[in-house]
Amino acid sequence: MLLFYALAAIAVGASLLVIAQRNPIYSVLLLIASFGALSGLYVTLDAPFVAVIQIVVYAGAIMVLFLFVVMLLNAPQEQTEADERLHVLVRSGAMRFGGFLAIALLTELVWALSRTPGASVGFGTDATTAVAAIGRSLFTDYAFAFEVTSVLILVAMVGAVLLARREGA
Amino acid sequence: MPTVNHYLMLSAVLFCVGTAGVFVRRNLITILLSIEIMLNAVNLAFVAFGRAMGTADGQIIVFFVMTVAAAEAAVGLAIVIALFRHRESLDPDTFTQLRW
Amino acid sequence: MHAARRLARAAAGGGALTPLLFAQLALTLFVFVMLLSSAAGMVYVERKVAAMLQQRLGPYLVGPKGLLQPLADVVKLMFKEELRPKAADAFLFALAPIISATCAFAAFAVVPFGAETTLFGLLDEPMPLQVADVNVAILVILAVSSMSVYGIVLAGWSSNSKYSLLGGLRASAQMISYELSLGLALGSILLVGNSLSLTEIVERQSGAWFGIIPRWFVFVQPIAFAIYMLSGIAETNRAPFDFPEAEQELVAGYHTEYSSMSFAMFFLAEYINMVTVAAVATNLFLGGWHGPFLPESLGWMWFLLKVSAILFFYVWMRWTLPRYRYDQLMDFGWKVLLPLAVVNLLATAAGVLYFGA
Repeated sequence: MLLFYALAAIAVGASLLVIAQRNPIYSVLLLIASFGALSGLYVTLDAPFVAVIQIVVYAGAIMVLFLFVVMLLNAPQEQTEADERLHVLVRSGAMRFGGFLAIALLTELVWALSRTPGASVGFGTDATTAVAAIGRSLFTDYAFAFEVTSVLILVAMVGAVLLARREGA
Repeated sequence: MPTVNHYLMLSAVLFCVGTAGVFVRRNLITILLSIEIMLNAVNLAFVAFGRAMGTADGQIIVFFVMTVAAAEAAVGLAIVIALFRHRESLDPDTFTQLRW
Repeated sequence: MHAARRLARAAAGGGALTPLLFAQLALTLFVFVMLLSSAAGMVYVERKVAAMLQQRLGPYLVGPKGLLQPLADVVKLMFKEELRPKAADAFLFALAPIISATCAFAAFAVVPFGAETTLFGLLDEPMPLQVADVNVAILVILAVSSMSVYGIVLAGWSSNSKYSLLGGLRASAQMISYELSLGLALGSILLVGNSLSLTEIVERQSGAWFGIIPRWFVFVQPIAFAIYMLSGIAETNRAPFDFPEAEQELVAGYHTEYSSMSFAMFFLAEYINMVTVAAVATNLFLGGWHGPFLPESLGWMWFLLKVSAILFFYVWMRWTLPRYRYDQLMDFGWKVLLPLAVVNLLATAAGVLYFGA
């Protein structure tokens, strides 16, 4: 229980700091910290495979990509325009409404969750932790989805190369 | 012991942090990072549900979400680089025209 | 994980420190100290072997045959001034070497280095010779090694110097590229070994074919072994793939601006990573602690011997081969090693399907 709260606090705190940071490098690093905490939460959910994959794929690959791009673009700090220095609540247009919308969404979700009676039961003892079970299911029941994701990855790869290529190169 | 509800609450909080990030920030990279936070919040909910139901399906969905997230990050960042080359800016509000 | 779980259980039940738990804590400490001293020892061995290969004497002044040289180096590094460039990002500059060293130590935690032992009958139940027995050990090693990229990238970026940045970018590009072939080489071993746990994979390599040839996976998967060793060199940034710190081009690469203990941490991380790569190669390909002549309880001697042989091979490579060009390295990684690894994986999968694991 203590472990859950500690990891949850790290995850939420780091995520909040991600969106509060002005320097993108720190944002990326804080998000990695948040992913680390989530990985710990997956371990508490008896999902060691997902926990490790979280680190390998998210923290190890996707975030390196982000870090690369931030360095490549020489970490442009966010423009300090007039309304950027104002308080979140008195900013113009979409930003103010956006903040309110997010808070409204949170209250709604928490309200809905607190009214669900069945969800407050604890977890059973029958956890599927075996990687073999996940693999078997992945290549039988979900074989089609698996193939589709591989096509998706291929398309994304071609698209990314095409987009990032300098014209005339 | 934490219950399903604990994990779902945490997932909701994380999702809203991500949503707020997308709305409030004006830096394309931070916006992409916020989307990653939202995807992770959803992943947490999937794993918690899967654990509660005692099946591996929750973990498999997470696997697919991660693949999509990787593709999204690659294409998204490529677009960011292409945009930055044209405008020298990462503020989404500068990209208001449909042509260069 | 075992030790942690037992510790938690002991704390929850108010139970005392059992001998087994104590032994495991001692083992953890022992591994930590051994890794530290192995790095120091490697520096000495590397300099001596280099000298031998180049017909020089190597260190010989400090202590008998220069044996105290690593100690002198450590003392020197400890008493040097800690410098930080003015334009550096203070927090990240301090954080980067810590990430590097932590990842290097953490990766070894899941590596087993001997059969289960009762420490000559001191313990009631046998204890695995391994800090943490994780059932997804191989994935954990991949995860930790993918995290160690951050130490190098951040060091390069936060130093705010051209050489550091170039070194850091080179290092990360190189490590990410070769991690793919490394992962695929590990994948074919997983297929043959039918497990993600290093202990189980080692157990599958016990015994011998026809009574002579040991059942090591290196004989089943020679291509995977070659890919693993080559990618291992690139992952640890060693010559002939030492572009991140190519001294003729980049001064010292990502750790150009580091001095004193923070430099020592990078140095330490590099050597411990080498030991880890060698230890994992021993477990996956060379039968771990299995070998003829010695009883199971002395298997760690075989393990030590095999690891030393691989480390010697690395040192030998470094002082024999010249550095390649950076584009050659990338071409080799993406156009030769990766396709080869994919084909090997496919062939292995077909073989396992046809013959059974």
